[in-house]
Amino acid sequence: MTASLSHDLAIEFDRVSFRLNGRRLLDDLALSVKTGETLVLLGRSGSGKTTALKLINRLLLPTSGEVRVNGRRTTDWDPIQLRRSIGYVIQDGGLFPHFTVERNIAVVPQIENWPRARIAARVEELLSTVGLSKDLSSRYPRQLSGGQRQRVGVARALAADPPILILDEPFGALDPITRSEMQKEFRALQQRLHKAVIFVTHDLREALLLADRIALMEEGRLIVDLPVEECSRSRHPLLRAYIEAFSGLPHPLPEPE
Amino acid sequence: MNFVQFIMTNRQQVLDLTLEHITLAGIATLLAALVGIPLGVLITRVPQLSKPVIGAANIIQTIPSLALFGFLLPAPWIGERASRLTILALALYALLPLIRNTYAGIQGVDPAVVEAARAMGLTDRQLLLHVELPLASGIIVAGVRIATVLSIGLATIAAAIGAGGLGEFIFRGLAMVNNQVILAGAVPAALLALAADFLLGTLERRLGLLRSKS
Repeated sequence: MTASLSHDLAIEFDRVSFRLNGRRLLDDLALSVKTGETLVLLGRSGSGKTTALKLINRLLLPTSGEVRVNGRRTTDWDPIQLRRSIGYVIQDGGLFPHFTVERNIAVVPQIENWPRARIAARVEELLSTVGLSKDLSSRYPRQLSGGQRQRVGVARALAADPPILILDEPFGALDPITRSEMQKEFRALQQRLHKAVIFVTHDLREALLLADRIALMEEGRLIVDLPVEECSRSRHPLLRAYIEAFSGLPHPLPEPE
Repeated sequence: MNFVQFIMTNRQQVLDLTLEHITLAGIATLLAALVGIPLGVLITRVPQLSKPVIGAANIIQTIPSLALFGFLLPAPWIGERASRLTILALALYALLPLIRNTYAGIQGVDPAVVEAARAMGLTDRQLLLHVELPLASGIIVAGVRIATVLSIGLATIAAAIGAGGLGEFIFRGLAMVNNQVILAGAVPAALLALAADFLLGTLERRLGLLRSKS
């Protein structure tokens, strides 16, 4: 069962702060994501991106302010229902090592007691959605390549067709070629699926490719929140620094013969 | 009369005492597992309890076995029958490896996997039954294995309080200064322990395969 999206803003952060052991991990964050929109949270390690994600599916609760999902405060949601309506993808998949690909993908449908035939059909559909062969369905995660594991992770998150998808550096552990493939496929996928997506990364290239909007974070604060087209024109020093760090290669490559 | 001849002429008694031995050690290990594994799970949920619980199980292990039999003797119902007393004492000794391994096994599950499970909306119960216990099963079975071998070994002492088992031969042989008789108890007891160790070790390796990632 997934919550229907009656509310225009799928995710809202309303002046959210989060402290842990006196350390301020998030400071007065205000941010929102509409259905069909992809927001990329960009920032260095420790800038609070992952913390922000965990506040959405109530793995954490805000110290002050409120996070609303589908117009409802996360504190008012039943955490189990909330999490089942949010697909979550993490680095290297976080797959269950003792389950086959098929069972990994079917976790949420199974705990939601879907009929068996519907689960099987859904698994098959998802395998093709993420570009995996049906032959892989009886394999274990350890028998897959990094890219395949990540695809299974995405399929698993999509299993119950949640209206919201949150991804925490999902392609961070992949080699550059696989990563680039996955990014392109993910972009195509998201255009078809029309979900509210928050994507966390520290890779500007990835952000520019996938985002409708980019939110740049630093030390728990939101620094810039811009539509992706305006990023290159922004004069904000931190965003400029990012663009510079990613512009060009250190040496010009020789032309292919 | 050598050892093999002794066993052959007394085979019915050897068999009876072996069965008695298996019963004592088996029931004790089962009882310990029924208490120890849930306790091990409990202390992963209530971390404040982990030190006192493991500490208590540790202290029990340091009590010499004959002394523990003595302590339990005045207990009502328990003290009435030697077999009850033996089973309880053996179960108390077997608690520590079971609690400790259950705890370590669950604590050792990859935190990323646990977090993914939570984030997907598994309830605490589902997390435990479908993720944590299966992934910890190899280490938990290792605990059962240690507990079983420990119980089989310690059960020989039960004969000292008249609970039977293969210890009967050992104590009788000691009294008679007859090595054949001692061996008639010691060898089957050792074989039992080895067999249990081997069988549970095989199971443990199979379950261990589940854990191994990439």
